Amino acid sequence: MDFGFRLAPSSAINLDEVDLELYRKAALLEPDIRICMACGSCSATCTASPYSGMSVRKVILCLQRGRKAEAASMLRNCMLCGKCTMVCPRGINTRHLILSICRVYDDGEGGK
Amino acid sequence: MKQNVVIIGGGIAGLEAASQLLTLGYSPIIVEKSERLGGHVASWHKLFPDMKPASEVVAELVRKSADANIFLETEVESANLLRGSYIVNLSNGVTVRTGAVLITTGFELFDAHRKEEYGYGIYDQVMTNSDLEGWFNGNPDKRIDGQDMNRIGFVHCVGSRDVKAGNSQCSKVCCVTAVKQATELKERFTQAEIYCFYMDLRLFGKKYEDFYINAQRDYGIHFIRGRVSEVSENIDGRLIVKAEDTLSGKPVKVTMDLLVLMSGMLCGKDCRRTASAFRLETDSDGFFKSRDNITGITESGRPGVFYAGACTGTKTVPETISEARSAALAIHNYLKDA
Repeated sequence: MDFGFRLAPSSAINLDEVDLELYRKAALLEPDIRICMACGSCSATCTASPYSGMSVRKVILCLQRGRKAEAASMLRNCMLCGKCTMVCPRGINTRHLILSICRVYDDGEGGK
Repeated sequence: MKQNVVIIGGGIAGLEAASQLLTLGYSPIIVEKSERLGGHVASWHKLFPDMKPASEVVAELVRKSADANIFLETEVESANLLRGSYIVNLSNGVTVRTGAVLITTGFELFDAHRKEEYGYGIYDQVMTNSDLEGWFNGNPDKRIDGQDMNRIGFVHCVGSRDVKAGNSQCSKVCCVTAVKQATELKERFTQAEIYCFYMDLRLFGKKYEDFYINAQRDYGIHFIRGRVSEVSENIDGRLIVKAEDTLSGKPVKVTMDLLVLMSGMLCGKDCRRTASAFRLETDSDGFFKSRDNITGITESGRPGVFYAGACTGTKTVPETISEARSAALAIHNYLKDA
């Protein structure tokens, strides 16, 4: 029924309800997912980022906030070139991290 | 006859300076307003970066300065400069003639009650960094003892970098203190998720970055960039904390079992009496004004009056101890020529 108005859904993140299972599984395969400090080096150097919005930093953040679908849609644009691994100041093997996250998705977590 | 040096404040700066002045052949007189020595450090539990017990640091300094004259529960009433010496009248009736005075009055913690939106003193489960150190030291605290600890939050910059709270400065040590305390709590409550809400992480000192990386990697502490905007209490006494997750660009809400406020450091209110007794100036940050903030931090600009420690600005424990040594040397050079 059309009342002539709609309610905007809240964009707030409720950390009480966030599902961290995927993040935790990825952390088992690549513990360095925890030491990202969101500097943005990976996104700045990413070949795919300007055209697709791919960003390792944002993928990690999405997983920490339970936004699995958003993470998956970004990951699809990664070409696994490894430039982000070369620039990460914390020495995170981002290429291995991306592959680890993909493996967790493939194990049935589903980014859909 | 050994020359007197009056040291106002028996915290770590006063104690270290006293021990150095003893070695240099002076007779230091420590005037301490409280009933014990060691200042804030004496009520702290462990110190970064190596988790050395604060009690060991204080015990060592007290032992090294034991030959000084120490007046506890005593304050300076007045001081007069007379032919190059100060006549200092103390609240215990003693009058001391001294060629040099060292101010080591330190800091006071920001009163967290003043940030009402965080609910300190209003909601049951809110405490300060200082309260938490007290609990680590074995003081019972019903905010922690016997409580479920599933989620714990740390709020950085409480009363720091906050113009409206009257302190625009960064208190410098609270970021690393929060990281330290978060890992210490995680060791005790391994099942708890711990969140640090920060604006910037200002971790500048020796091995502090290792503390941060360990907190993330080994303890799984969550860091959320965003200042807590408000805290409320739900019906079962737990806290609802709201902030913006600025890296996501979205508001964030979380229920906490305990919230720890990182109170910042201010120049003590009761330092004003010391300041007026010696006619000392206050710098624009509210702390005592040094002759020069680069090359003369321990000098006041008044003849024979010196500073050491957090009375001229926020300092770490090792910085304070180094400065106390530096001030002792400055006093020695001053008295030697006088």
